[in-house]
Amino acid sequence: MNSWIDLIIISVILMNLMMLSSSRISTCIRIVAFQGVFVGLMPFVINAQSITLGASISSIASITLKGVVFPWLLFRAQQEANIRKEVDPIGGYPLSLLAGVGMFLISCWLSARLPYERPLFSEMIVPVSFATFFTGIFIIVSRMKALTQVIGYLVLENGIFLFGTALLVEQSFVVELAILLDIFVAVFVMGIAIFHISREFDHIDTQNLSELKDWVISKQEKQHA
Amino acid sequence: MVIKIAQFILIILLSPFLFGVINRTKAFFAGRKGSSLFQLYYDIFKLFQKGAVYSTTTTWIFVAGPIISLSAILTASALIPFAGHPSLVSFDGDLILFIYLLGLARFFTVLAALDTGSSFEGMGASREVQFAVFAEPALFLSLAALARITGTLSISDIFSNLTIHPLAMGEPVIFLVVGALFIIFLTENSRIPVDDPNTHLELTMIHEVMVLDHGGVDLGYIFYGAAIKFWILGTLLTGIFLGAHSKGWAWDYVMFIFGMMILAVIVGVVESVLARLRLIKVPHFLIVSLALAVLALAFTMR
Repeated sequence: MNSWIDLIIISVILMNLMMLSSSRISTCIRIVAFQGVFVGLMPFVINAQSITLGASISSIASITLKGVVFPWLLFRAQQEANIRKEVDPIGGYPLSLLAGVGMFLISCWLSARLPYERPLFSEMIVPVSFATFFTGIFIIVSRMKALTQVIGYLVLENGIFLFGTALLVEQSFVVELAILLDIFVAVFVMGIAIFHISREFDHIDTQNLSELKDWVISKQEKQHA
Repeated sequence: MVIKIAQFILIILLSPFLFGVINRTKAFFAGRKGSSLFQLYYDIFKLFQKGAVYSTTTTWIFVAGPIISLSAILTASALIPFAGHPSLVSFDGDLILFIYLLGLARFFTVLAALDTGSSFEGMGASREVQFAVFAEPALFLSLAALARITGTLSISDIFSNLTIHPLAMGEPVIFLVVGALFIIFLTENSRIPVDDPNTHLELTMIHEVMVLDHGGVDLGYIFYGAAIKFWILGTLLTGIFLGAHSKGWAWDYVMFIFGMMILAVIVGVVESVLARLRLIKVPHFLIVSLALAVLALAFTMR
């Protein structure tokens, strides 16, 4: 039983690294879907016999949302916005990969300093969940396309889910369902937003959004004048 | 003691055979008949009977390079267990000596290449060192993870303590180590996807370009050293999968040699189905192995 937990944890961290080093958006969408399913299976693996109804509902809901609905939404957004290009990260893929390993080491150090109320199922589950949400934040920060930023947001949520299952197995489902609803609405809205951005500007490169500041510049010019 | 010496001699005798197996596998995929399984033995024997030609611009380093490399690799092979049985020499911390012996062999190959003053060889030397920057720490960290799992610092003891089959052991960390070691294994032996041992195009060669100016006996030493290096790094992988059995030494030996053949076949298959990576992509590939090794070590530190 314990080795299954380890297997899931190791695949989650490997998927983080794969996501950081893969160059195609569609690969990233698939990996984040698999990661969501793996993380959603975690409550079943931890206590297969005594799982509560609430916990199982929240897990099944998260597996369906992350494994089926989100990939479908994201693939549709990708098709409608007609994005085939690569992820183009800041700093290149090897650097992102090294950053992923660095974030994992930092979260190992961080999780060793946290006080725990009761013994954990696996020693590595907290560092891996920290590393997963650091990876999500890193993806949001370092990727240019709006679609990859949604993917980073989903990775972040996977990390939160894993952390929730690690610490509060029984009580987590209310919180989890609320977060899931948020995420669902967010991905839905972002999908629509991406579509509109791409229709308006022919691309979804968020860096160019910072050029929308002529109002500020014109105000400064007035002051100089 | 007699058995240990016999094992050492077996390593020396058997290692060139694996290259025959790889070439046969590649020939099978290409639909060719392929060279003899003993081709490398013939090549080495032929080269040992020849004299060497030395350029007037080279110094003693060029002559010493292949000899020092081969002797460092032979010493390293004395530290490696055979079929899970203890090696000829073993002491606490010999895995550090093992890694540094391989480093010494590489260092003298690089020096000899630079000594020729050829710009092509300089290019090859710089590539070799650039890739070693990633491959060596990865090897170090994977061996450290293995040492951590088994609780010993000697290579012989690591492989005799890995008694259970890793698949049954339920230790997923082992897979991370195997992944990292396999990438290192392909890199260090200059196989596809990192380097192509058959290429003779100067702009893309890595290892081959460094030995262009060696001939005769020296080239024989280099071929032989490469074969033994392939064997000893392969032992790390097959050793993990086989562990130490105790059904009598004959069974162990047969299983181990069979495992090495399978590894050679796997390498042949990898070479047949994969293309070479572009040179700028190779560090990325090696960073993957470094990342796997770091993860494995972090997981075992708990």
